[in-house]
Amino acid sequence: MLCTICQQNEATIHLTEIVNNQMVEIHLCETCAEEKGADFKSHFNFGELLSGLSDVGSLLRSDKNVETCCKNCGMSFDEFGKTGRLGCPVCYQSLGRALLPLIKRVQRSTAHVGKKPAKISGSVKRTIELRDLEDRLRKAIQLEEFEEAAKLRDQIKKLEEKQEKKKKSS
Amino acid sequence: MSMPDPIKHLLTSHCEWLKGSGPESEVVISSRIRLARNIAGFNFLQKLSRGQESAMIDEVHGAVSKSKNLKDTFFIENKSIKEIDKTFLVERHLISRDHAAGKGEKAVVISPNEMVSIMVLEEDHLRLQVFHSGLNLTDSWRLINTIDTELEETLTYSFDPTLGYLTACPTNVGTGMRASCMLHLPALVMTKQINKVLQAVAKLSLAVRGLYGEGTQAIGNFFQFSNQITLGQNEEDIIDNIDRVIRQVIEHEKEARQYLLDKKRGKLEDQVWRALGALKSARLMASNEAIAHLSFIRLGVDLKLIEDLGLAELNSLFLCVHPAHLQKIFGEESSANERDYKRAELLRSRLKQVGLV
Repeated sequence: MLCTICQQNEATIHLTEIVNNQMVEIHLCETCAEEKGADFKSHFNFGELLSGLSDVGSLLRSDKNVETCCKNCGMSFDEFGKTGRLGCPVCYQSLGRALLPLIKRVQRSTAHVGKKPAKISGSVKRTIELRDLEDRLRKAIQLEEFEEAAKLRDQIKKLEEKQEKKKKSS
Repeated sequence: MSMPDPIKHLLTSHCEWLKGSGPESEVVISSRIRLARNIAGFNFLQKLSRGQESAMIDEVHGAVSKSKNLKDTFFIENKSIKEIDKTFLVERHLISRDHAAGKGEKAVVISPNEMVSIMVLEEDHLRLQVFHSGLNLTDSWRLINTIDTELEETLTYSFDPTLGYLTACPTNVGTGMRASCMLHLPALVMTKQINKVLQAVAKLSLAVRGLYGEGTQAIGNFFQFSNQITLGQNEEDIIDNIDRVIRQVIEHEKEARQYLLDKKRGKLEDQVWRALGALKSARLMASNEAIAHLSFIRLGVDLKLIEDLGLAELNSLFLCVHPAHLQKIFGEESSANERDYKRAELLRSRLKQVGLV
């Protein structure tokens, strides 16, 4: 049986949990189990995600085990579960570990494409550029366009070096 | 910048998006695009202090005054208007129910033709909205994009390179865009095909809601279709997808209307003329009942069964029967019972020239 999360490795850890009167089975490989933390209780939150609930509020309401708080506004995961609304932009980072699977489930994606503000800082701009290049590189490799891929790799390298320099100088 | 009484202006004007024109206007009432934006350096609404609320309203006011696209708009602070005026704005879709009912300081920017409204301190710091009559998401996007870009010259938005525009609710993160169309689908309801259509649409990650958005009932055969996903697709693709689905729904509605005309003409005519009869003679009329009847009148007008009533006049009636509009028209606050009486009176007088045959 394959791991429920990565769908690649053989699952060696099998969990059964009752969520909303429904039995949910989660099968995890060791890598994914580790990534989800040693505390198995945190899986149950993930189990809820897998059990087909999409409402953000009810999804998290029953989860009392996650005590993460946003370092900027103090919003706790529990509080977010009640309202389904975040406290500040930093919440996306502070609560990111628990939030990202949820975003992926609701949005079926984790990366923005589309409009960007014209007025964004240099580092944000470079990060976006870098992601676009990496995306193009992946596609080039898939299509076996190796010359294009080599060019892209060079561009990525240059951009990463630039990023490093900026970081050091600041 | 703001004129003496914006509410009075709105009451006597016909809003652009209700004029009953534009592509596919016999099925699509209006198109709307909204963008959710938050200003960097401020917490989201839940964690925002009163002092910060006023600071934000000032900042937005400053940005709006500098904007060429928002010249001559009304800037209305919630604290400066009465409860009934807020309901009036909700009925015109210029603000949401949450914005009207919410605690704390709030404001709204409204263009005189009502094509643009910007809610300040709704769920997000800014909710920009643009409306067009008929199926016209492309023009709505063009206009809202221009306004958004211009505002951003003054304001700095919260933006993350991976997640895009950051919003209070993760269901809006990314583009922060919700594109929606209000469809009038009486024939699909009458032929009992509507559930099939709604189920199919849900599979295409579109959401369907009632007349006043989230959590509201579908009254008068009005359905609001909108995109559910805001992340991982660009604005044009989202719009393209919803536009394509809506065109199919329109086709189905038109087929159902033709079917009714060809095969169930008696039943169809009965519904339409009964509705007109009720509106022309009733002495007590609740708003939901009025909207249900007006829906059949609208079908009758679309199918040329009723010929002496224009779409603009009919659309204006749809608005006038709402509680706050009715009280504004009669110039006094009244109880629900009194309103039912006045509503019936208003409908009888406004439909006087429409003949029963």
